[in-house]
Amino acid sequence: MGFLILFWATASIAVASAIAMLFMRNAVHAALMLIVNFFCIAVFFLMLGSQFLFVVQIIVYAGAIMVLFLFVIMLLGVDRQEDLHERIPGQRWIAVLLGAGLVAEIVVAVRLGLGLSTGHAARLAALNRGGNVRALAAVLFNRYFFPFEVTSVLLIVAAVGVVLLGRRYAGDGTAARPAAIATRAGDGSGDGDGPAGTGGDPGGDLERVP
Amino acid sequence: MRTPTEWYLVVSALLFTIGTVGVLVRRNALVIFMSIELQLNAVNLSLVAFSRQWGNLVGQVLAFFSMTVAAAEVVVGLAIIVALYRKRGSANVDDASLLRW
Repeated sequence: MGFLILFWATASIAVASAIAMLFMRNAVHAALMLIVNFFCIAVFFLMLGSQFLFVVQIIVYAGAIMVLFLFVIMLLGVDRQEDLHERIPGQRWIAVLLGAGLVAEIVVAVRLGLGLSTGHAARLAALNRGGNVRALAAVLFNRYFFPFEVTSVLLIVAAVGVVLLGRRYAGDGTAARPAAIATRAGDGSGDGDGPAGTGGDPGGDLERVP
Repeated sequence: MRTPTEWYLVVSALLFTIGTVGVLVRRNALVIFMSIELQLNAVNLSLVAFSRQWGNLVGQVLAFFSMTVAAAEVVVGLAIIVALYRKRGSANVDDASLLRW
C-alpha cells in the first residue's frame, strides 16, 4: 500500500513538473522544474531496487548536469525573452497532436504486451542480496569492462572537443574582448594591436614577433 | 505490494512524449536541450524497470552507460550552443538558418 501511494505521488509530481517545464517562459524556471523531475526519477530508481543509480541520478543529473545548464543560462543572459513567433504555421498544435498519438501508441503497445513476459522479479532481489552496488560492479567490471574503458575515451574526447569549441579565434568577428584582458595579454606593449583588430587570442600573440 | 512494471512504462512514455513535444514546440536552444535530457531520463526509467522485470542487472548497467554518454553529450551540446550564441547573438534555433536554401 505504501508503495502504491509513493508511486502515484511521485508519478504525478514527475509528469506535472515535466509539463511545467514545457510552459515556463524563463529558462531558469524550466531548469528548476527539470531538477524536480530528475529527483522524481531518482525516487523511481530507488523503488525499482537500484540504489546505485538513485545516487548517481542525483549527483550526476540533478547536481552536475543541471549546474552546467544553469551556468550556460547565466552566460547567455537570464532575462532574455523567448521569441514566440512561429515560423511554421500550426506547428504547435501538430506537435501536441503527434505527442498524444505517441502516448496512445505506447500505452496500447504496453497493454498488448501484458503477460507476455513471465517476471523474474524475485531474482533481482536475490542478485541484490550483497548490496546493489556490489552486484552492479560485478556485472560492470566483468562482462562490460571493455565498454566501460571505452567510455573513458569518450569522456576525454568530449572534454578536448569542448575546449576547442569554446576557444575564441582571432578573426571570427566576435573579438569584443574587454580592454583589461587585451592589455594584460598584450604584455605591456600598450595598444599595439595591429590593424583591424587582429588582437585575438593569446595564442596568436605568441606568434607575433615583438 | 509490488508496483507493476507497466506503470513505470506508462510514466516513462508520458515523460518521453513531453520531451518530444518540448523539442518540437520550444524555440530556445537551451530548453530544447533540457527536453532531450528529459527523453534520455524517460528511457533510463524504462531500462531500470525492465531490469527489475527480468531479474538481471544488464538494464541498470545500460542506464549507467546512458548517463555517462548523456553527460558527455550535454557538455558538447552546451559548448555548441555557446559558440552559436557568440556567432549569431541569440540562442533561438530559428536564427540558426545557415543551411537553409
